[in-house]
Amino acid sequence: MAEYTRPTSEKEVAQNFESIKPLMNPTMAHYESSRCLYCYDAPCVQACPTSIDIPLFIRQINTGNVDGAAQTIYDANYFGNACGKVCPTEVLCEGACVYNNQDVKPIEIGRLQSFATTKVQQENKHLYKAGAPNGKKVAIIGAGPAGISCACELRLHGYEVDIFEAKEQPSGLALYGCAPYKITNKEVLDEMAYLQDQFEYKVHYNYRIETAGQLAELEEKYDAIFLGIGLGNTNTFKLQGVDLENCTGATEFIEQIKLKPLTTAVGKRVIVIGGGNTAMDAASESARMGAEEVTLIYRRSKEDMGAYEFEYDLAKAVGVKGLFSAAPLAIVGKEKVEGVYLVKTKVEDGKVTNEEGSEFLLPCDMVILATGQQKQVTFLEQIEGLELDGKGRIKVDENTFQTTNPKYFASGDAVNGGAEVVNACGEAKKAAQAIHQTLSN
Amino acid sequence: MPDLSSNLAGIKSPNPFWLASAPPTNSGYQIMKAFDAGWGGAVWKTLGVPVVNVSSRYAAVNYRNTRMMGLNNIELITDRPLADNLREIEEVKKYFPEHAVIASLMVESKEQWHQIVKDVENAGCDGIELNFGCPHGMCERGMGSAVGQEPNVLKTIVGWVMEVATVPVIVKLTPNISDITVPALAAVEGGGNAISLINTIQSVIGVDLDTFVPYPVVDGKSTNGGYCGPAVKPIALNMVKNCAQHPDMNLPISGIGGIENWRDAAEHILLGATNVQVCTAVMHYGFGIIREILPGFERYMTEKGFNTMDDMIGKSVNNVKTWENLNLKYKVVASIDEKKCIECQLCYTACEDGAHQAIGLKEVGEGRVPYIIEENCVGCNLCSLVCPVEECITMVRRDDGTEHETWKEYMENDKAPTTFDDDRAGGKHHWVPAPADALKKKK
Repeated sequence: MAEYTRPTSEKEVAQNFESIKPLMNPTMAHYESSRCLYCYDAPCVQACPTSIDIPLFIRQINTGNVDGAAQTIYDANYFGNACGKVCPTEVLCEGACVYNNQDVKPIEIGRLQSFATTKVQQENKHLYKAGAPNGKKVAIIGAGPAGISCACELRLHGYEVDIFEAKEQPSGLALYGCAPYKITNKEVLDEMAYLQDQFEYKVHYNYRIETAGQLAELEEKYDAIFLGIGLGNTNTFKLQGVDLENCTGATEFIEQIKLKPLTTAVGKRVIVIGGGNTAMDAASESARMGAEEVTLIYRRSKEDMGAYEFEYDLAKAVGVKGLFSAAPLAIVGKEKVEGVYLVKTKVEDGKVTNEEGSEFLLPCDMVILATGQQKQVTFLEQIEGLELDGKGRIKVDENTFQTTNPKYFASGDAVNGGAEVVNACGEAKKAAQAIHQTLSN
Repeated sequence: MPDLSSNLAGIKSPNPFWLASAPPTNSGYQIMKAFDAGWGGAVWKTLGVPVVNVSSRYAAVNYRNTRMMGLNNIELITDRPLADNLREIEEVKKYFPEHAVIASLMVESKEQWHQIVKDVENAGCDGIELNFGCPHGMCERGMGSAVGQEPNVLKTIVGWVMEVATVPVIVKLTPNISDITVPALAAVEGGGNAISLINTIQSVIGVDLDTFVPYPVVDGKSTNGGYCGPAVKPIALNMVKNCAQHPDMNLPISGIGGIENWRDAAEHILLGATNVQVCTAVMHYGFGIIREILPGFERYMTEKGFNTMDDMIGKSVNNVKTWENLNLKYKVVASIDEKKCIECQLCYTACEDGAHQAIGLKEVGEGRVPYIIEENCVGCNLCSLVCPVEECITMVRRDDGTEHETWKEYMENDKAPTTFDDDRAGGKHHWVPAPADALKKKK
């Protein structure tokens, strides 16, 4: 039997997806914060895409100024709790902690960050209020980490902000894409509510901006438009059988689990195709949803995977098996998925080639494609003068975050091609400051 | 195996580790338990005039995650009936004839002193300790530190006690005085047999920032207490050393103050204490800490070749000199072991802001390991003190050991400098950045 059985109640879902970074209690936070060395020019700060003054907030926790610690965090990053929980801290702040150089356990920065930010949220302590209205209006497309961060920052400067969100809820992939053992929906939404309470931006949900007419209307009504649109659905590369029943995209699968875990269908034998962090999440989550056998297929070696080592470790820890140097040739089955036809691969001169004659069939009843998300090219092409780079990413000026259409600014996944929540938060905050500068001139 | 047996002015105990007069020695029950655990002696919680205690009595200083780095108390002497204490002293001595039981005393009049000395001797105590140290409560009634701060009064009372005492008498001194050797000499003149120090230091431990009342709180108010615990050890060591060094202070010393482990005890003894007394550490961890102290101390004695306590007592006393006798030609500089450095740069910021701008950082991209600017390094030790890695920053000797000059010699030979030309500070080689350079540094 697999380690996890199919959850049949909310309680069992919570058990199967138990937090890997649970909330610290005050005693833990005190002891952990006591360990911080308070480095000069601290490497953890340098490693943080939002440059949170980490030694400062840790010291503030240690001196009993937890509200001040939360302020330090939010001043740098509006997704303070979310990032504390979903950031790959192992390769960012905690990976940079100098204790690593001494084989001492690094400070649990992420959990301390969540400790401080959760406290102010629970006590509903307001740290900010919107600036005096400056008479200018900005429209934001997408209420993900980029859009919300941009909105908060603009509101500080007194802009009227309208966010248009195609989905029902805010925070984008923080809600729809982050593994539940990293952060729960409630935790994400509590932080969103906390921010909106203070900054009072408007969000129009279920309001997809998709036509040229809608864009023209926004252009007329607003002084600037910020594109925080992220990415689209999973890439379906040309693989025979992707249309079979029980073949799904990883992003879509994870979203299902996040929204309706009890009704999300999961096979008994699941194959996940891909070697990135999303593949690891999809594999982990399949196992926690009760799949008996989960196999990760990646066409290159384990070392070549784009996923962080700790993400693969998390997947392995719940029973996921890795199958490397194997490429899918076709997904087979009559109506439903019955297996994946694979071929062994080898790398020659950096190129992956199939080893002829090594084809084999791996039976399964579900295939999850974690092969990256599409760029929203069709939508973006409607914006006049807006240029994309060769990979479909929005081109922006690196200082002003202005696109080639001066009315539009952008950041987040749509610009960087797909990165962490923290990257979107950091970039969008800077973009908002650039919008302010541009509109003030 | 070294012989740990101890003899303080004729008071013998199986080892030099005693419990100080304090809450852990409030009853025969506690003292029997302590002896059973391995303690060599105990000074009974001070017996004397009737008192009434307040509720809420202790408060502590925590340092980051370390609880009770310092403790203060506003508790008075024993509030248990004298007869009960005397009966229990007798009982403890029956069970533990080889262990030292000392009666700590504090009364007012000569008659009271004479009576109580006789009472405790009748109960069978091995020695008497005169509490002239308590810095709270009792001193307001003219006892405790009020006596310890008045050498003539102290001498007089010691004299009263010596008129009747037949067991050795230890005079316990208060540190709340500018020169500890003054009361120590008064104890000598009064005829006392030993001194013990330090008692607690007058203190206010902190303030409740919400109610504005200092700790410990007694119905919305506080009072100064007596400070003790690990934080006071350096003050105690200095005072023990001062007494041990004074040529006219010829009494043995019982060292007290900040002793928690074998190292602390060894330090007190090396600086001149014949034995040591412990309180706060027991209040924190219980009598069981003797399990660490005894074997640690014994191992140290073995390692150093000390066969008896006498081999060890006062070994460091002659290594403490007045500043004017220090060699001005001795020079050390800091050295960073790059392999051990974890790149926290605490040494850099400590030296840059807190010392002599003698540590530099490499250009961006060349690594985070700081380097020593030897010409500016005065050998102050600060970087090696802040470095979180064992043996990463060490102080390396730079003089060749052939020269020896002291300030005292300068004075005696009329060689006092008339200019600021010390090699190590603002002089020939050392440079100090211009004030305005401070504003050019990256933040």
